[in-house]
Amino acid sequence: MAKVVVVTSGKGGVGKTTSTAALGAALAQSGKRVALIDFDVGLRNLDLVMGAERRVVFDLVNVTQGVAKLSQALIRDKRLESLFLLPASQTRDKDALTEEGVASVIARLREKFDYVLCDSPAGIERGAQLAMRFADEAVIVTNPEVSSVRDSDRIIGLLDSKTLKAEQGESVTKHILVTRYDAARASRGEMLSIDDVLEILSTPLLGIIPESQGVLRASNVGSPVTLNEPTNAAARAYVDAARRLQGEDVPVVLPVEKRGLLNRLLGRRVA
Amino acid sequence: MNSVAADPKKSIRFRARSFVAFALVPEAPLDEWLRSLDGWVENSPGFFAGRPVVLDLNVLKPEPGEVADLVSQLTERGIRIYAIENKAVDAMGPDLPPLLIGAREAVIEEAPVEPASPPEPEEPLPSTTLIVEAPIRSGQSIFHPDGDVIVLGSAGSGSEIMAGGSIHVYGALRGRAFAGAWGNRKARIFCRKNEAELLAVDGWYRTAEDMESSSRGMPIQAFLDEGGVVVAALT
Repeated sequence: MAKVVVVTSGKGGVGKTTSTAALGAALAQSGKRVALIDFDVGLRNLDLVMGAERRVVFDLVNVTQGVAKLSQALIRDKRLESLFLLPASQTRDKDALTEEGVASVIARLREKFDYVLCDSPAGIERGAQLAMRFADEAVIVTNPEVSSVRDSDRIIGLLDSKTLKAEQGESVTKHILVTRYDAARASRGEMLSIDDVLEILSTPLLGIIPESQGVLRASNVGSPVTLNEPTNAAARAYVDAARRLQGEDVPVVLPVEKRGLLNRLLGRRVA
Repeated sequence: MNSVAADPKKSIRFRARSFVAFALVPEAPLDEWLRSLDGWVENSPGFFAGRPVVLDLNVLKPEPGEVADLVSQLTERGIRIYAIENKAVDAMGPDLPPLLIGAREAVIEEAPVEPASPPEPEEPLPSTTLIVEAPIRSGQSIFHPDGDVIVLGSAGSGSEIMAGGSIHVYGALRGRAFAGAWGNRKARIFCRKNEAELLAVDGWYRTAEDMESSSRGMPIQAFLDEGGVVVAALT
């Protein structure tokens, strides 16, 4: 039975798309059949992060409107054969999506895949609500700072009220994924601590992704960080998070600041 | 009304509607009354903003020339007078708010200024308690005019709880809480961890900014005392 997971946050720029790509790739690397859907109609990015931007012919809106078949619009990843992308349309806006259309696409994807990851647009409007509408689980991407945490709180409220599961009296399983965690800044008390974030959101933790230049490098070359730099700390954190998403019990380790003796003497930070 | 409608296609309909307005009753000596009003406004800044206020001059009975001055004094304090009630005169000057007649006490009464006569055994109001088991998320609003609200989890920043009675939050209160919001001076707010953005009892409120920093993060109760909201440690 396929699981539909929405990756959402409320706030923009916290790492939804990067996390969708990295989690999706990590799940596919572990042998699962994974479909990624970009719901950010009008401002699509997932195709770039996945390095598939030149292969987009049809998109989600085309499929929901019956212009193209689902199989025509799904783009198979060149590196992982069980990973697929359903891109968003860049020329339309969020009103081009209908709930019935999205329901039908997700129902068909459920038959073929183990995981369907929905990359939500920022905000709490129609686009974000459609992305979460049919979700079984939710990954709430949060940066350890107050504005992001409050927006996540808002999104959790919507997950508990506006999703199909909530309306049927069930609940969407929710996970917090803390991204851009900077151990050095955390040690100086410049960020919310993980404990504070979890206390405010009272939702279980899926993983802590350390701030890393590797994530940016991977995005720029159009590859999920778990594929591009598998040994990178952020990549390993995403792999662990993907394992927890599948129900494995993997202990969460707080990223620590990596500073050599020389660096410590010079007072510089390792990127 | 028929005579108004010259063109039958474009007849204008008039409907009577009643609105609830706050009546301000100035008393002599006026200077002292204005000072106590200032103290009140200071405690509840913004209380009068956007609210219809009627000036009741039946007690003060000012000379006609004094009315304009009083209205401008109130305007300076951000209180806009919508109408004036004064049984002693028949009309107000064109530069003053219109006269209002036929006022009746609204159901939502202000607390009596005079010490109340021994309370008669009154029927207990039907009150219900609302228990919220899930955390209240940012942007959510809990609205319960009939009684107390008990929240077992936390109330997030940007959330709102409005209760006719008291509010109990067993987690952290990070949002806004309005106890006794429909006129109940006895209502209180209790929480295990005070991170509230605003605490209000019966329309009087305190924002996070003017709460004692010693109460932040602590178990507190908030109640009304001597015309102001007191935030006290819960011991």
